[in-house]
Amino acid sequence: MLAHHFELALISFGRNKYLTALMIVTIALGIGASMTALTVFHVLSSDPLPGKSQSLFYVLVDPQTMEGYYNGIEPPAQLTRFDAEELYRAKRADHQTMMYGGVVAVQSLSGKQNSFMAAARFTTTDFFPMFETPFLYGDYWGHDADNELKQVTVIGKSLNDRVFGGENSVGRTLRLNGRDFTIVGVLNHWRPAPKFYDLFVGKRSFGEAEEVFLPFSTAASLQLETGGLINCYDQTSPGMRLYDITAPCVWVQFWAQLNTPERMQEYRVFLEGYSTQQRAIGRFQRPPNIRLRTLREYLDFNKVIPENVHLQLWIAFAFLIVCLINMGALLLATFLNRTSEIGTRRALGATRGEIFAQHLVEAATIGFAGGVLGLGLTWLGLWVVRQQPVQYADLVTLDGTMLLTVFVMAIASALIAGMLPAWRACMAPSVLQITTQ
Amino acid sequence: MLRMEAVTKIYRTQHFETHAVRSLNLHIREGEFVAVTGPSGSGKTTLLSIAGLLENCTSGSVELDGEDVHNLSDYERSKLRNRKIGFIFQTFNLIPDLDIYRNVEIPLRYRGLPRAERKQRIEASLIRVGLGSRMHHFPTELSGGQQQRAAIARAISGSPRLLLADEPTGNLDSEMTNGVMDLLAELHAGGATIIMVTHNNALAARAQRNVHIVDGNATDRHVKEPLANCSA
Repeated sequence: MLAHHFELALISFGRNKYLTALMIVTIALGIGASMTALTVFHVLSSDPLPGKSQSLFYVLVDPQTMEGYYNGIEPPAQLTRFDAEELYRAKRADHQTMMYGGVVAVQSLSGKQNSFMAAARFTTTDFFPMFETPFLYGDYWGHDADNELKQVTVIGKSLNDRVFGGENSVGRTLRLNGRDFTIVGVLNHWRPAPKFYDLFVGKRSFGEAEEVFLPFSTAASLQLETGGLINCYDQTSPGMRLYDITAPCVWVQFWAQLNTPERMQEYRVFLEGYSTQQRAIGRFQRPPNIRLRTLREYLDFNKVIPENVHLQLWIAFAFLIVCLINMGALLLATFLNRTSEIGTRRALGATRGEIFAQHLVEAATIGFAGGVLGLGLTWLGLWVVRQQPVQYADLVTLDGTMLLTVFVMAIASALIAGMLPAWRACMAPSVLQITTQ
Repeated sequence: MLRMEAVTKIYRTQHFETHAVRSLNLHIREGEFVAVTGPSGSGKTTLLSIAGLLENCTSGSVELDGEDVHNLSDYERSKLRNRKIGFIFQTFNLIPDLDIYRNVEIPLRYRGLPRAERKQRIEASLIRVGLGSRMHHFPTELSGGQQQRAAIARAISGSPRLLLADEPTGNLDSEMTNGVMDLLAELHAGGATIIMVTHNNALAARAQRNVHIVDGNATDRHVKEPLANCSA
């Protein structure tokens, strides 16, 4: 019967060509607008580490003075170098990593290329397994490199392509800021979106991953500066540099991997104990004020998705609703125009359910056609988004999930729009009543 | 075949109550050809709607083929209507976008018959009404008389127990009227039970029995011949 209803729908379209075309365009416009906005939202709100993000936690403690303190106040967004190194040394999480971002000058040893600047991340060995970075060649450095200030590096694919022509460069030397570093690994293309692990370098939440990775300890000893935010909460001593380990300044990010809720609870107790201990020795003044946010909570807290994207999503869905109301009105006009045919079908034995189904199939078929056109409009909309000067522009593409969503949403929308008209159709009076009227 | 006892039908609006049929008693036996006559607004069409299970009566009882249909659900009445009743309308009510074959197929589709059986029934009924060579013509390509013949083919394709005809010749000229009436007479002769609503006394005279309705009350006026061969 479904095939028969579909056949009747096609016949109806032939009868009402212009009205059907208008309905298809109406729903396509709504779908195009809403799917463009939804795809942008989907890309920006996607989980950068599916399956793992729940076990990754961004760690904060509050080293500030009592000035401005109140219960529940948010601690600073990063850690001091001292606290980061203390927490790292304690190794109380299943994995932990500390890091900061900056830039380095890359010089080619062959002298064939001019030196250039590359974004760099100064971190510890656990960064790579914690964030599941894909390796093209080699592997990450070991704990010994962190402890012994070794001059080793992991580089990104594009840097490897640029400097070494894409060859396996593991074991070769790269000159960074005038010092030679041995390459131990080359990452494959890796671009977590959002770039969750550091939201403080240039506010580029959706930027590219860095091309150079160096051990934190090595970078700190070489006094490689951060390119991110530094906040100092107290006066620094004369001659003290902001990067000194005792400086009252926060600029280091710290992530912990805690594989079970029990481990998370234990780590929370550890952080409170750490804060209490630091307060006891006079480094901290405030009562323990810690935060342990999952990756998802951390992104939500920092409002990684731009406000205008939320607004666009609401506007687009409001537009879709307007389109659906219009489509519903057009469907109602179309269906009620065939009251006589419906009455005849009822007289010939059609149940109300069959009449309802026939008209819903017609609405769904219009929805499907609207989905096809809407898909084209969505592609057009996303192309327009990609031309915008926003850092996430090149990320905005239609994946398989969203492609399927276009059709599901188009058909579901058409069914919703067609529900009332189909109901009115199936409640049409009998053909004999129509004749006498 | 059809027994209506003390049937009343009242249409109610917010301000008015209209008694379309009042305590109507009617017994149609199998094989009868009954003409229902009466002035406009007398309740003829309401009688046909109730007999055709398109509407429920307000009170009274209706039995079709021995089955009490008064308390059936809309779904059950639709299925029963599809199996046991064939409709012939004054304006033919063929669907203009479907060819004659597809029009005749409609009740068979709703019955859920397989394609081969539908084909056999459609062809047989169209041949029976003399439209065997015009199966794939569209209604607009046929004359009024041919359209009504196609509608009759549609009505009989499901082998119904009861044929209900609402002014079947009301839109036809005299020649076509005769053709359609001959066809109904032929169906009757073949054993069909027919109830035909008409304004035309001459056509009513061609039926065995004439039920006259005035103000929703039915009276038997004329029985053409004893219904010796009819069973209840």
